[in-house]
Amino acid sequence: MTQATEAPARTRAQISERTLRKDPWWQAPRLVAALLTIWVLYATVRVFTGHWYYVPKYHYLTPFYSPCVSGECVPGSSALGHWWPAVPPIIPYAVVSLVFVLGFRLTCYYYRRAYYRAFWRAPAACAVREPHAKYTGETRFPLIGQNLHRYFFYMALVIAVLLTYDAAQAFRGPDGNFGFGIGSLILLANVILLWGYTLSCHSCRHITGGRLKHFSKHPVRYWIWTKVSALNARHMQFAWITLGTLMLADLYVMLVASGALSDPRFFN
Amino acid sequence: MTDEIKRYSYDVVVIGAGGSGLRAAIEARLQGKKTAVISKSLFGKAHTVMAEGGCAAAMGNRNPRDNWQVHFRDTMRGGKFLNNWRMAELHAKEAPDRVWELEAWGAVFDRTADGKISQRNFGGHEYPRLAHVGDRTGLEIIRTLQQKVVALQQEDAVEFGDPEAMIKVFAETTITELLSGDGRIAGAFGYFRDTGQFVLFETPAVVLATGGIGKTYKVTSNSWEYTGDGHALALRAGAKLLNMEFVQLHPTGMVWPPSVRGLLVTESVRGDGGVLRNSEGKRFMFSYVPDVFRPQYAETEEEADRWYADPDNNRRPPELLPRDEVARSINSEVKAGRGSPHGGVFLDVSTRLPADEIMRRLPSMHHQFKELADVDITKEPMEVGPTCHYVMGGVEVDPDTGAASVPGLFAVGEVSGGMHGSNRLGGNSLSDLLVFGRRAGLGAAEYVTALASRPAVPEAAVSAAAAVAAEPLERPEGENPYAIQGELQVIMHDLVGLIRRESEMKTALVELDKLRARAAQVSVGGGRAYNPGWHVALDLRNMMVVAECVAQAALERQESRGGHTRDDYPGMSPEWRKVNLVCSLEPSGPSGAVSLRRQPTPAMRTDLLELFDLAELKKYMTDEELAGLPGATETSAEGTH
Amino acid sequence: MGYKAALKIWRGDAGAGQLADYDVEVNEGEVVLDVLHRLQATQATDLAIRWNCKAGKCGSCSMEINGRPRLACMTRMSVFSPEETLTITPMRTFPVIRDLVTDVSFNYAKAREIPSFTPPPEVKPGEFRMRQEDVNRSQEFRKCIECFLCQNTCHVIRDHAENEGAFAGPRFLMRVAELEMHPADIADRREIAQDDFGLGYCNITKCCTEVCPEHIKITDNALIPMKERVVGRKYDPLVWLGSRITRRGAKDTPAVPGGR
Repeated sequence: MTQATEAPARTRAQISERTLRKDPWWQAPRLVAALLTIWVLYATVRVFTGHWYYVPKYHYLTPFYSPCVSGECVPGSSALGHWWPAVPPIIPYAVVSLVFVLGFRLTCYYYRRAYYRAFWRAPAACAVREPHAKYTGETRFPLIGQNLHRYFFYMALVIAVLLTYDAAQAFRGPDGNFGFGIGSLILLANVILLWGYTLSCHSCRHITGGRLKHFSKHPVRYWIWTKVSALNARHMQFAWITLGTLMLADLYVMLVASGALSDPRFFN
Repeated sequence: MTDEIKRYSYDVVVIGAGGSGLRAAIEARLQGKKTAVISKSLFGKAHTVMAEGGCAAAMGNRNPRDNWQVHFRDTMRGGKFLNNWRMAELHAKEAPDRVWELEAWGAVFDRTADGKISQRNFGGHEYPRLAHVGDRTGLEIIRTLQQKVVALQQEDAVEFGDPEAMIKVFAETTITELLSGDGRIAGAFGYFRDTGQFVLFETPAVVLATGGIGKTYKVTSNSWEYTGDGHALALRAGAKLLNMEFVQLHPTGMVWPPSVRGLLVTESVRGDGGVLRNSEGKRFMFSYVPDVFRPQYAETEEEADRWYADPDNNRRPPELLPRDEVARSINSEVKAGRGSPHGGVFLDVSTRLPADEIMRRLPSMHHQFKELADVDITKEPMEVGPTCHYVMGGVEVDPDTGAASVPGLFAVGEVSGGMHGSNRLGGNSLSDLLVFGRRAGLGAAEYVTALASRPAVPEAAVSAAAAVAAEPLERPEGENPYAIQGELQVIMHDLVGLIRRESEMKTALVELDKLRARAAQVSVGGGRAYNPGWHVALDLRNMMVVAECVAQAALERQESRGGHTRDDYPGMSPEWRKVNLVCSLEPSGPSGAVSLRRQPTPAMRTDLLELFDLAELKKYMTDEELAGLPGATETSAEGTH
Repeated sequence: MGYKAALKIWRGDAGAGQLADYDVEVNEGEVVLDVLHRLQATQATDLAIRWNCKAGKCGSCSMEINGRPRLACMTRMSVFSPEETLTITPMRTFPVIRDLVTDVSFNYAKAREIPSFTPPPEVKPGEFRMRQEDVNRSQEFRKCIECFLCQNTCHVIRDHAENEGAFAGPRFLMRVAELEMHPADIADRREIAQDDFGLGYCNITKCCTEVCPEHIKITDNALIPMKERVVGRKYDPLVWLGSRITRRGAKDTPAVPGGR
């Protein structure tokens, strides 16, 4: 091989087929594309709807509107007050958090893989030729911005705290004392899984311990790293499950808020 | 056919890019010699990657009582005292330094709790002694050496502007002939496998590091490269082969499915607690402990099981006897009708260790059985049987420098002989490569430095070598080389295998004679570029002569010792311990005419003899050999412990 | 038990070639390499195959079987149905030498560009003390058998040969990660990982991990942690500010000259 310079000019095997794979490799990217599209459509419609996002009686706030900082928002629907100018929802009410939620997911190492494969088809599946004439990956603008994932992670932590507060609020009954119904449980499950998604993030794994060279000198961080690593192995599952729970939580709040459904209460 | 032959000039040419070859090349380059490494396969793929268990070195990390004397004793016992004692001494003394050196070059061994290199138990080693990385130690060693070569090339790139200025790897290149001038090594002739182009390396020093001969056997753990190239090259260059009758059968090779029959199951399985059982579920090894080893091995399962946790107060389980003993025992069980369904015995680790511990300590074994045999070793036992693994015999060399009898020729690793006597201990191979790799590299460098003039390669020899190499392609029709190779493997396996008989070996020699005539008439289709048929045809020539040496030596040695078991001479004889069998080629005779002669073994230094109990020595040596030792005149029959 | 399998094997050299049809006997328990060997011994003595250990330990017999990059010695025939025609081609990313054998010298050239293991000069052989938890990460990457299937399958070079100069490929980015995580290594390869070895080209689509016969988690354990480390070195303003204030200026290790 080292003498390859003396060998005749060699070229790659000329095989015209895009791939010789015989398994249904196209299924996974299609499914991913379909699911992501449905979710994005749903979420877009919802964040611009501007109502049915809060159930004042039970203090249920959909995660899509938390914190509802717009002056248009229903009182009680924001942990951070309502200081954004009161404009109708051409700008989503929870603009301060949605930017980061979206950014966190867009730059997520798992979602990157999912949408590069499903939408950009680079590559759609392994050993399947991609359709682009040129490829520079994440080396230049705008994709070099993917390196900001770490900052979105920090913000995602803040948002997870906010949603935890919201979930806690959902355990107050109509009289303001403890009480809960199906909606409370849904919002609680959603926030627990969101924590799972957030803490299983690759950036989190790096920050908590992965950046260290000598684990043995930092036993506590090493312990945390092993736990985050264990979660990290499930990051893809968390990514999909939380898409589902976010949608479910929002849908449930919407149905209750609109009066289409009455929330079955277990207590108060 | 003598169209353009590519020529290179080097100070040292190392043939073989496994552990020993790379270590020798690194040393030659460190000594400032312009060095070429020639590899039949790609760089980093050599057979060393197959070594699993570990690299024996008495570092004493797990048991501080270990030291070179203990390692020396174990090695000599394992080899049944036929080892070249000087090699065993150097090996035991220098192995720790060679392992530590690897660590400084980037090897990442498994660790002890206090951060040192971890060491594991292995057959025949008194203390935990094998530095290891899970069960892929060989891969770690070859990768480390490969990366050290790269590091040196990076230095050369800075200094000379060319990374290959001082050390270059010729991957996928085969040497077919060594060329001499004035009775000294002058060059090496071969071909590039990818293009088929012929190549001549003009060099005063050649280090053979080509490994073993396993491919002359049907059931083997060895890869296709192990065709005895170095053995044959040395013979044809006029050097001698030592004790070729000693071929180690590793006791545990896979037996099922047939396509992977012979594939190695590492000894670490037993070192880490795995046990051998027959079809009746009995741990049969307790019935097979030979007298010479009885003092060191447990007699009950209870004692054996206690040993893993408390080795100081209990004796070792008999599953960890040297390999030759275990292989013969398995053979006896199978012959007695107590074998497993596919003709082996059961090796069970699933009932001995928790599943996650098995996954941690033996990941590649788990992978191998899962992928190839659909057996989950954390849940069920493996089926294993003996497989041809290693040849103890090889080129006769000077212990200190690896120099063969032909000036300019050096040999190291499996292709060299003497170090392991009649049976090699597991783990001693990797350390052998490192210790003697360095010494041979040093020896070659010093030889080149001391040369007043370089011998020239005679042009006639070059064209003769080219003609021989081109023959199989030019012969319009003839035998299929794959078929002949297959027949050779069957002859050796059936007639010169684990248990040998005079009548069978005589038949083998007759058959080999016939086969040699046919092998000279092989013909292959296709061109020169990457033509495996042609490659096999050329390797076949080497395999034939090596097989002849093995068969002749095996017929000659009328005793059973280590890797040589005679049905008709079952005992080990102190008289035969004094004899080395030396194989050479008749210089004037027809090609392939092998001659064998007896040669006395060198007498061991007294201070080394004194490392043993006299009673133990008496089991191996004659009274007159021991006459000089204190207390030797009393003929008491005291125990060894 | 045995049956005849229909095989389509790419035969040719220097890029020109086509699929040739063969019928070969298959026995129980065999792998693809066994069948290729039978074909070689009986019908096509000059069929070029690169192989060595036949035990999944050396990484020589990399090829593409039904379009999927695999080791022929670790692909059991039982995963295919007897009626199925097997299409076997050389690795597509590397130039063909002949038939199923490719010229993988690209990989050896890349290996030479990466600054080697750099221990502290004062530590002598035998003095290294490293804890198991500190070496676990590097050990995972050192399981690599250099079969180059990850290099072959990575679309960055597989589909874009023009990136070969700028991109070292998963195997060698993992080598960088291995050294960066080695507890006794003191060099800093983060800057060159991005600038010289093209870590930024990786879009973490995980095909390297998918094809790895050693089941190394290349993407999750090597490439992404490396990307995060590069962020820490090059793209994190807080870290940058911190290094300015404390004046702990980065000492980047340059790529090896003459490597390319």
